[in-house]
Amino acid sequence: MIVTHYNYWIAMVLMMIGLYVVMSHANLVKKLIGLNVFQVAVFLLYISLGKIENGTAPILDAAFTTYSHPLPHVLILTAIVVGVATTAVGLALAVRIHEAYGTISEDEALQRDQQERDAA
Amino acid sequence: MSTLLIDIALFTILTVIGLAIARIRQLFAVAMLSGLFSLTCACIFVLQDAVDVAFTEAAVGAGMTTVLFLGALALTRSREESTPRSRSLPAMLAALATGALLIYASLDLPGFAAADAPVHRHPLTARYLQDSPSEIGIPNVVTSVLASYRGYDTFGEVVVVFTAGIAVLMLLGRGAATSVSAPARVQPLHQQNRVLRVVAKLLIPFILLFALYVQFHGDYGPGGGFQAGVIFASGLILYALVFGLDAARAVAPLAVLRGLASLGVLLYGGVGVATLLLGGAFLEYGRLGGGDALAGQHLGILLVELGVGICVTAAMILLFFSFAGRGAGRPGKTDE
Repeated sequence: MIVTHYNYWIAMVLMMIGLYVVMSHANLVKKLIGLNVFQVAVFLLYISLGKIENGTAPILDAAFTTYSHPLPHVLILTAIVVGVATTAVGLALAVRIHEAYGTISEDEALQRDQQERDAA
Repeated sequence: MSTLLIDIALFTILTVIGLAIARIRQLFAVAMLSGLFSLTCACIFVLQDAVDVAFTEAAVGAGMTTVLFLGALALTRSREESTPRSRSLPAMLAALATGALLIYASLDLPGFAAADAPVHRHPLTARYLQDSPSEIGIPNVVTSVLASYRGYDTFGEVVVVFTAGIAVLMLLGRGAATSVSAPARVQPLHQQNRVLRVVAKLLIPFILLFALYVQFHGDYGPGGGFQAGVIFASGLILYALVFGLDAARAVAPLAVLRGLASLGVLLYGGVGVATLLLGGAFLEYGRLGGGDALAGQHLGILLVELGVGICVTAAMILLFFSFAGRGAGRPGKTDE
C-alpha cells in the first residue's frame, strides 16, 4: 500500500498545506501563493495517475512500445498556463485593494468597510 | 532502487519547501520558495514521463509566476502580520479533516504506475497511442491530442489566457499608461552593473532562438506554443529587468502587444472557420490539405500552435508590463 500509493499521499499532503495557507492567512498575496501550492499539488496528482510501469514519454518511436498516458499531460500543460494567467488577475486585484485600502490584509480591509458602514 | 531514492529526496524537498512557505512571513522569500517548489515539481514530472508538462512548469511556475509574485510584492507590502491563533486553528482542523478524507478516498485508486489501471485500458488510450501516427502523423502524441484531438479545449484555454491579459490591463493598465513619461525612480540595472548587461546581451538572443525552436519542433519533441510563448516572453522580461522598462516598451509597444494577443486568438479561431468554409467541422484540419488529410493536419497544427504561441507571448509580456509599469509610475514608494 505504502509503496504503491505514497505518490498520491504526498500530493495530498501538499494540497492540504496549500489549503491551510489559503484559509489561515489574512494576507492576500500569501493566500495566492498558497493557492499556487495547492494547484501544483493537484498537477502532481494528475500526472502520477498517467504514469505506467517501464513506460516512456508519449513521443512515438520504433524503439519503444510502452508509453505513459498523454491525456493528463495535455490537460495539465494547458492548466499551468491558464493558472499563471488567473494568478496574475488575482495579484492585480490584490494590488488594487492595496491602493484602495492601504492594506492587503483581508481582515483589515473588512474592518474598514465595517467602520465606514457604521459611520454612515 | 535509484529512482526510489530520487523520489524520496525530491518529495522530501517538496514537503520541506511547502512547510516553509506556510511558516515564513517574509513574503519575498516565500515568492522565491514558490519558484523553487515549481522547479522541484518539474523534476518529478520528468521522472513520471511528462516531459511537456515539466517544460511548461519550469518555464511558467519557476519563471513567470515568481516574477509576477515579486512584481505584486513590490507594489504592496513584503512583510506579513503574524496569523492569530483564532484563524490558524480552525484552518488547521479543516485541512486535516479534508486531507484525511482525501487519503481515505485514495485507497480506491489503482496503484501508482500499475499497467492494468483503468486509464491505460480505456479504448481512447489505444486510439491516441496507436492510431495517431496514421490519423495525425506526428510523433509527439501530447501535441496531437493538444492541438488536434482536443483542439476545442485548447482554443478555450487560449481564450482564457487572452481574457486574463485583458482583465489585468483593465485593473492595472491606467498606471502603465501614465508611467511612460514618468522618470523611473530606480536607476536601470544596466547602468549599475556591467556584468548583468553583458550576460543579458549574450543570453537574450539564445533565449529567443530557443523559444522559436520549441515552437516549431513541438511536433517531434517536447514543446509547443504554450511553452514557446512563455520562453519568448521571459527573454523580453529579462531585457526589461536589465535595461529598464522604457527600453523594453520601445521594443514591444503596448499597442503592438494588444494587437498580437488578439491576433493569436484570431489565428486559432480563423483556422477553425477556414475548415468550416472548406466543408469540414470546426477545426477539422484534414480539410486544409486539399486531398491529403495528413498534410492538412500538419498545416492545421502548425497554424494553431503559432496562434497559441503569439497569444501567450503577448499576454505574458502584457502581464509583466502591467505590474512593472504601475511600480515605475509611483513616486518614491515608502515601504515599511
